[in-house]
Amino acid sequence: MNTGIKKIPRVLTYLVLSFWALTTIYPFIWVLLNSFRKKGLILSDSFSIPLGDAFTWDNYITAWQRADFKNAYFNSFLISGTVTIFVVIIAGLAAYGLVRYRFRGRDFLYSLIMAGMMFPVFSTIIPVFRLEVMLGIAGTGNRWLSLLAVILPQIAGNLCFAIIILMGFIQSVPIDLEESAYLDGCNVFQIYFYIIIPAAKSSFATVAIFAFLWSYNDLFTQSFFLRYPQERAITGLLNEISSQAGVNYGLMASSVVLVVIPVLIVYICLQKHIIKGLTAGAVKG
Amino acid sequence: MNSMIYKNKKPLLVFLVPAFAFLIVFLYYPFFQNVVNTFMRIGGLGRAAQGLNTPWYENYRRLFTDPYMHTALQNTLLLTLCTIVFQVGIALILALLVDTIRVGAQFFRTVYFFPIVISATALGLMFNLIFLYKGGMVNQLLLSLGRLPYEVKPSGKVLVQWLDWKDQAHFLFTMFMPVMWQYVGFYFVILVTGLNNISPDLFEAAALDGADGWKRTRYITLPLLRNVLCTCLVLAITGALKVFDLPWVMFGAGMPENRGWLTGTYMYDQTFNRMNVDYGSTIAVLIVVLGVVLSNVANRVFRPSDDL
Repeated sequence: MNTGIKKIPRVLTYLVLSFWALTTIYPFIWVLLNSFRKKGLILSDSFSIPLGDAFTWDNYITAWQRADFKNAYFNSFLISGTVTIFVVIIAGLAAYGLVRYRFRGRDFLYSLIMAGMMFPVFSTIIPVFRLEVMLGIAGTGNRWLSLLAVILPQIAGNLCFAIIILMGFIQSVPIDLEESAYLDGCNVFQIYFYIIIPAAKSSFATVAIFAFLWSYNDLFTQSFFLRYPQERAITGLLNEISSQAGVNYGLMASSVVLVVIPVLIVYICLQKHIIKGLTAGAVKG
Repeated sequence: MNSMIYKNKKPLLVFLVPAFAFLIVFLYYPFFQNVVNTFMRIGGLGRAAQGLNTPWYENYRRLFTDPYMHTALQNTLLLTLCTIVFQVGIALILALLVDTIRVGAQFFRTVYFFPIVISATALGLMFNLIFLYKGGMVNQLLLSLGRLPYEVKPSGKVLVQWLDWKDQAHFLFTMFMPVMWQYVGFYFVILVTGLNNISPDLFEAAALDGADGWKRTRYITLPLLRNVLCTCLVLAITGALKVFDLPWVMFGAGMPENRGWLTGTYMYDQTFNRMNVDYGSTIAVLIVVLGVVLSNVANRVFRPSDDL
């Protein structure tokens, strides 16, 4: 579509756009190249492609040996997978209820959700920690309980954003569909599962992707509840490696690559949904 | 919208109870408890309060007299301002430009969103390598462009005066740049969709009236984008106030020389490294209050009408 700025020559437009694309892509390529470069060469020549003598797998071998990546991947996927499933189910129900029903206190609940988006994690984490210690979930040394201790606050932390995005989308589903289903004898829950969810599929996908990524990338909550080596999740592992690596920049680069790769795969497979689903909800304001 | 399907309010409980149960137990109650904590004396993480502080408002008095808190507040407000101007600004320019092209638009959308999906820890390490004192990407680039002074010793060794990107003169740039860069794509995507929602009829009408190029952007596109821009603004403000992990991974506790604090990193340091749990809670309350006030101001100033 053509919305303005016609006078700028095409070449210049592409030049500017490509420049920004370069800033978002090149740093990753730079890290990737240097993760395959021999020790010591990074500081003297980091721009060339590591070929022949300069190429090495050592950085990856060291990273894999020094840290328990397999276990950390498992923990991370278990945490983020569970968080994602619960966020999608719970937020979907709430968003549907808030959009379609008119009841007293609805505006109040909506502003509660808006307010919930403003709380930084660190303002709630200490009381959550005490609560979970009291309930016997956190600080027990039991691996599965510790993982649960991360999962619970992460679900709550992702809910507000998810509800807002889903509300925006469900609002745009035409209500006629639901009415004809109702006349055909569907009850509200059937309407929700057979009409709303399929209609708002891409925004559910968006919410799922964001819940997964934010949970996977959330160093703060992870480092708070996962204190023992076998509990460690992937970002916590990266943080630990970086504090031990010192001047071993090759090791740092390869660890960054190992942590980033699963996320990139998820993103590239699902990026169409992210962009479609996110904006439909957010633009409503 | 009040369809007959939704007259029976009983199923509503099933829809709302799970979400609000979670929110109350793990978000609202903890936040309320956090406000209570600001008036208490607390010995350490996970410990019960030892009673009221003396005087009870001690933490708030401290908030206003703490010089590091002043630094943190200054830096954070500056970051918020930079976020608004550069993050949303760059995103707007990129969105307007992408809107004029057809080939490659999808590519740019995908690529601009890239940094957002990556963990701040990984990005922090990446930028540490990029801004590395001796032989980082930026310094190597400057050297190859001949912008760094160096001398060749008689022994043949090259002695370079590397630029320290984390010293007093450069730390603000080094700290803010990655934070701003990371989220440009987020606002870009929101703005692009806002642009797509503008009816093409309007532009045809404008073209008939002889409005073209800049005039069209200035008098049609931007006013119609106002609400979307306002959403971006509020998201940018609350986002900037909460910034924590990227600066923390890159700078740690207040480097250089206690001038690099942000409200987020200072709060973390007070709570988890110095065990001033009650004071840390107070800073967290300040962050939320600032967020609410600033986003309300932004809303008042930039969103005067709902009819667009």
